[in-house]
Amino acid sequence: MNVEDKQKSDTIISTKDLNVWYDDFQALIDVSMEIPEKSITALIGPSGCGKSTFLRTLNRMNDLIDCAKTTGSVFYRGQDIFDPSMEVSELRRHIGMVFQKPNPFPMSVYDNVAYGPRTHGTKSRAKLDDIVERSLRGAAIWDEVRDKLRQNALGLSGGQQQRLCIARALAVQPDVLLMDEPTSALDPISTTKIEELILQLKENYTIIIVTHNMQQALRISDGTAFFLLGDLIEYGSTDIIFSTPSDKRTEDYITGRFG
Amino acid sequence: MIGEREITVTAQESARRKRIERIIHGIFLMLGLITVGCVLLITIYLVISGIPAMRTIGLKEFLFGQKWASTAAEPKYGILPFILTSIYGTAGAIVLGVPIGFFAAVYIAKIAKGRIRWLLQSAVGMLAGVPSVVYGLVGMMVLVPGIRKLFKVPDGASLLASIIVLAVMILPSIIKVSVTALEAVPQEYEEASLAMGATPIETYFRVSVPAAKSGIAAAVVLGVGRAIGEAMAVMMVAGNAPNMPSLFESVRFLTTAVASEMSYSSGLQRQALFSIALVLYFFIMLINAALNFFLKRGNVKQS
Repeated sequence: MNVEDKQKSDTIISTKDLNVWYDDFQALIDVSMEIPEKSITALIGPSGCGKSTFLRTLNRMNDLIDCAKTTGSVFYRGQDIFDPSMEVSELRRHIGMVFQKPNPFPMSVYDNVAYGPRTHGTKSRAKLDDIVERSLRGAAIWDEVRDKLRQNALGLSGGQQQRLCIARALAVQPDVLLMDEPTSALDPISTTKIEELILQLKENYTIIIVTHNMQQALRISDGTAFFLLGDLIEYGSTDIIFSTPSDKRTEDYITGRFG
Repeated sequence: MIGEREITVTAQESARRKRIERIIHGIFLMLGLITVGCVLLITIYLVISGIPAMRTIGLKEFLFGQKWASTAAEPKYGILPFILTSIYGTAGAIVLGVPIGFFAAVYIAKIAKGRIRWLLQSAVGMLAGVPSVVYGLVGMMVLVPGIRKLFKVPDGASLLASIIVLAVMILPSIIKVSVTALEAVPQEYEEASLAMGATPIETYFRVSVPAAKSGIAAAVVLGVGRAIGEAMAVMMVAGNAPNMPSLFESVRFLTTAVASEMSYSSGLQRQALFSIALVLYFFIMLINAALNFFLKRGNVKQS
């Protein structure tokens, strides 16, 4: 189940026989997957198929759900993320996350972006200024907010808030960005902007994105994984998945016959 | 078929229904006005009965006089000792109670799980239900002798004893209101912080607490109000001598000044007690205004 040969060599995250339960309900069943570096991988499937659970397991955000139980393994650059010696906060610094609903803190634009670096000990004003500008530029929102850095972030539009959240995630210089339906709460124009941004980010980051929007997966992703009822049904290059899927269920889903 | 679904309420019936609506509306309005009436009545009564003594004694003499000797041959009516005692006592209770209440609230709202959380919440609930005379009683039996022995002072009934009792009494209000504010912080904020590699504790103090700050401020103001208005418990542990406040001295609060002399007062002395009540009322109004300010600010931010 590998994408293209070029990418096969530099796998950044791999899972092996990953199972997740919520109490008695099994949300993921023996998922084994290898995700290549500096690419965009889309996770698709109907609601409740386990794609968000899979995403949230990769930076152990699923730990926050009390009734969740996980078996199997996830390797990030060869390190087992469930190893007892793994520092979860350190892992999340490397594997950042952008959520479905834009969730800027009720603080100024500047403080939002500076939050991560400050928490990790950066105090120098000059350094913070630099990180804030670089992150906002990286998230393609600098020009829109450069005069509003001191204003409350909640005053921005939904699309701006989401790009601010991406900037905030970039500010801690992650390696991987997990995106959980980042455009589902946004209008089409904001969605286009975010999609363009995601394509740019591929240069420097590995992106794994959950999406309900088939067109979006087709437009931006290199690899696509189709989940159904907790199973990874098919995973491969996006072109192939969308043109000649090997599984009937994948075909049914992407042609809109269910889900 | 259409005919069967026609609306067939007679004009008479319709007028009757409107009348009933109006009457019920009127009853509710009246019940609501009773509250307003009570506040107005108290305010007017306090102002009317509190002003004469201030006039007779002289406002400056009354508010800033350092000696209260209402039953002396040459009576003195200076209430500065009471004002300062109330302020110091409340401030002391806040200094002592707010850190405890704040951290307890963070613990209950964010960290504690299952049984421990349940235990803490019930304890806070019960603390809120303890009558103030019981606080006073326990303070009198335990705290006062304790202070006397520990600090080797002639009498443990003092400002310090009052501060400790008040600090415990304001804990439930501070904790409950702060917990409510902290629990109302959207989980998305905390998730965003955790996803950036902040630890849970960093997240609580850098995201949750700032997001809940107007609610927490309201909790503190509520505590101030509770402390400054408390009479019974402090009366039992303060010693009630009208001294200028000092930590180990017997002191008298604004509330206890009114309560302790009212039963046998007469003439100017009685009028002066009303004036004290008016001063206390003024403080409470200030605190209420502050409370409204914080609550309003909290609402504006969330909308």
